[in-house]
Amino acid sequence: MTPAPDAQHLDADIELAHKALRFLTAGSVDDGKSTLIGRLLFDSRAILADQLDALERRAAGAPIDLSLLTDGLEAEREQGITIDVAYRYFATKRRKFIIADAPGHEQYTRNMVTAAAGSDAAVVLVDITKLSVASEPVQLLPQTRRHALLTHLLRVPSIVFAVNKLDALETGAEAAFHSVARALTIFAEQAGITVRGVIPVSALRGDNVATPSANWGWYDGPTLLRVLEGLPAASERRDGSLRIPVQYIARAGESTGHQPRVLWGRLAHGTVKAGDRVQILPSGETATVTEVHHAGSEVDHCEAGQSAGIVLDRQLDVSRGDWIVTPGTAQPVQEFCATLAWLDTEPAIVGRKYWLRHGHRWAQARITEIEHRLDIYTLKNTDTHELKVNEIGRVKVQTQVPLPLEPYADNRVGGAMIVVDPATNRTSGALLVCGTD
Amino acid sequence: MNAPLEVEGFIPELDQRHLDALEEEALFILREVAGAFERPALLFSSGKDSCVVLHLAEKAFKTKASEAGARPRFEGHLPIPLLHVDTGHNFPEVLKFRDARVVEIGARLLVAQVEDSIKRGTVRLAHPLESRNNHQTITLLEAVEEHHFDCLIGGGRRDEEKARAKERIFSHRDSFGQWQPKEQRPELWSLFNTRIKPGEHFRAFPISNWTELDVWLYIAREGIPLPDIYYAHERQVIRRRGLLVPSTTVTPALEGETIETARVRFRTVGDMTCTCPVESTARTTAEIVAETLKVTVSERGATRMDDRTSDASMERRKKEGYF
Repeated sequence: MTPAPDAQHLDADIELAHKALRFLTAGSVDDGKSTLIGRLLFDSRAILADQLDALERRAAGAPIDLSLLTDGLEAEREQGITIDVAYRYFATKRRKFIIADAPGHEQYTRNMVTAAAGSDAAVVLVDITKLSVASEPVQLLPQTRRHALLTHLLRVPSIVFAVNKLDALETGAEAAFHSVARALTIFAEQAGITVRGVIPVSALRGDNVATPSANWGWYDGPTLLRVLEGLPAASERRDGSLRIPVQYIARAGESTGHQPRVLWGRLAHGTVKAGDRVQILPSGETATVTEVHHAGSEVDHCEAGQSAGIVLDRQLDVSRGDWIVTPGTAQPVQEFCATLAWLDTEPAIVGRKYWLRHGHRWAQARITEIEHRLDIYTLKNTDTHELKVNEIGRVKVQTQVPLPLEPYADNRVGGAMIVVDPATNRTSGALLVCGTD
Repeated sequence: MNAPLEVEGFIPELDQRHLDALEEEALFILREVAGAFERPALLFSSGKDSCVVLHLAEKAFKTKASEAGARPRFEGHLPIPLLHVDTGHNFPEVLKFRDARVVEIGARLLVAQVEDSIKRGTVRLAHPLESRNNHQTITLLEAVEEHHFDCLIGGGRRDEEKARAKERIFSHRDSFGQWQPKEQRPELWSLFNTRIKPGEHFRAFPISNWTELDVWLYIAREGIPLPDIYYAHERQVIRRRGLLVPSTTVTPALEGETIETARVRFRTVGDMTCTCPVESTARTTAEIVAETLKVTVSERGATRMDDRTSDASMERRKKEGYF
């Protein structure tokens, strides 16, 4: 049972999905992630001659090491590991791609969270040589579960498993792949993750990465690249109510005459056009939109994902950080529950004041309670009173000012926040709103 | 020069939509700078990337004039001044372009001279003809201190170089102007952590996610003016270690080298002592796009003497506060 998305389905998506696909790659140390990325860049000809020269010089006659293409920092080459998220670009005839390459070490979970936030898809690498495929069901590595769960937690819309290093198996590649694919599917089902493909690959040789494998006749599904070409780019919904966080207010120009203020912000969802009634939060005042601007021109309307410059029919007290919404559709709150991914080496402390950023507003806040920690290996909740670096838990938060929140699962803009340590200014955590009580 | 391109049929639909998305993201970042910082500045060297960023800034903050001319005109004013770090070794035609462009768009330009740092004694050249490229960092940081800038907008792209691939869109610099790659703040969604302490600043990169090809396609689509030296012209050059070194007063021929005339264009424009042209016959943006599609050597590999020193030369310079 090879979960191969049918070809028709893929082609339909390509028509819709002209937007570049931003995907993250997650894998553990040594499971060939850098080689896979190198292979994608190499096979799509995104690597240029001088970069190839540099690799060939290093290889000194041996086959070139594609993984060297992605080790950007000196410290990384010294330690032979990747430290930070790196961004890579390549394109096929059908699609442009941005790879957010997240290192796989446990201590760098924060990078995985960073790469996942804002990604359209995740490619999780599974190194088949690290699994004992004889036992049924196959026990997946903790890292694989962790990567898949983080992807799911951050609501990355699509996940693809690339089962790597099949070329290293002496015999029984087909049976081994099917056992692992089964285990992945069962795990994903339990965790509520929708899988868009499980693909046998050899990043080293290039099997099923950009070109179909000549070695594994038993697999007739698409290549990894083909699956990626067909995945939808995440987009916010255009229907429903309007919500805009105010980012920037253009002051009156230098020329004479009437110079209305233009309120700029990117639509979290909905659409806006002249004549719409809108409400400003937190003031609650309402007004009518008289002009909509976009990218240097006055336009008819703007939709979710676009930045609009809005002129109102009357002068209201509006500042950066406020929200423009359809009247009566948002109830700002000061207490809420959220999932907190902690990214700082100093643990999260109940009662301490932090800065929260929601939309364009900075608000003071404190964690009033840590309810539990999510064990990312067992999927179970564990009672705890603190969250350390790389841990994820459920918390209650209180803010100094009311915020118009939405569940993260409904909207990434309305439901996501970062937590900043006021002493160090480090980005200490990511908050995902569960529900507004 | 700069004939606006007939884009119809030239840029496929896929690229049009992609350029729209890149532009949308860049305008969002520029407005974020204007909204979140007290004293930002836009680094403008007249290089093609900074020309693109300047055009984006016009789109972010101004309104397009109604009558469409040969090149785009905007009304309104930029809320952010421009800053150029002048090594004193710039191509004269580039400085002329810079000044004309600044007048044309009514921007405020501040020029920080490496020469002034040399006079102050903060920059010491090993010898009079030493490249001033790396010394720009000192002059830049002096300008940051003098004007109390809290955010500098740059045209850096992640596809340029391996160390840049790990750069944030909003990148923090400590009070010495240094980049700490291991201490980078995680950048989640578009919730940029722009909080700073006195004396620190940020670098913001609106075209982080653009490739060289995207930049050229966008220049073509928007009719963005560039200095003439980006287009093919005759120039006296010296062939040296696989590069074409322009023959200038600061980069004279060495003993045994011959000067020849070649048809060239520049792919990047910077300090004369370290910027090399490539052989080309491309006289229009369209022809450059066509050449870029076929290109086999990376932008910095072909044109920058300074990046050839070692695999990590960009990373080292960035840590010290380079652009």
